[in-house]
Amino acid sequence: MKILYFAWLRERIGLSEEDVDIPPEVTTISALTDFLSARSPAHTRAFADRRAIKTALDQRFVPPDTLLEGAREIAFFPPFTGG
Amino acid sequence: MTGRSMPRIVVTTEDIDVGAELAALEAGAGAVASFVGVVRGEADGRRLTSLILEHYPAMTEASLAEIAKTAANRWQLTGCTIIHRVGELTPGDRIVLAAAASAHRADALAATAFLIDWLKTDAPFWKRENFADGTSHWVSARDEDQEARNRW
Repeated sequence: MKILYFAWLRERIGLSEEDVDIPPEVTTISALTDFLSARSPAHTRAFADRRAIKTALDQRFVPPDTLLEGAREIAFFPPFTGG
Repeated sequence: MTGRSMPRIVVTTEDIDVGAELAALEAGAGAVASFVGVVRGEADGRRLTSLILEHYPAMTEASLAEIAKTAANRWQLTGCTIIHRVGELTPGDRIVLAAAASAHRADALAATAFLIDWLKTDAPFWKRENFADGTSHWVSARDEDQEARNRW
């Protein structure tokens, strides 16, 4: 699965994207966040404040309890600050 | 939208020609309203040297189109334009243009305010501020912006 990071998440993790094999027991955004945060100390630090992180599944904004089924691209990012 | 079926949505590194964009909305309209966002020269009392606008390319235009569609469903619009810059900007540069055209001013003004309020919270852009003193930080989302969005 393609995982994307933006803004300070990208900087803290040191990657803008990565391809990750997701184990079958990881079925929700919330579980995926736990799984990714264990990948490296940088991931753990980046994901430390869960409430500050939003998620998009195949380019749609989704809540943490959303099922991953069939998703191709998951993006993690802080709240938007454009305009 | 009655006059034109598609809103004009642009994400660009180039400057925005506000005059030309507003003139293009005049066709079939009785009122054109607009909002232009400009990079300020300071933030929190410190001098700003540049602003970096990051975005999520695969999601950005679709998010802006969705916001424009919601506006078109709520107000009688003859046209609607959202243009957002990305990349590095300096003080005085335009960041964003949101504009709406309608037969009468009330719909054009309300739709314009709606477009910019929703753009702030619902479109995937992030700002990083670089200061003259060498420091830099990612701008935090503001509760007021969420409240402004939720009033619609």
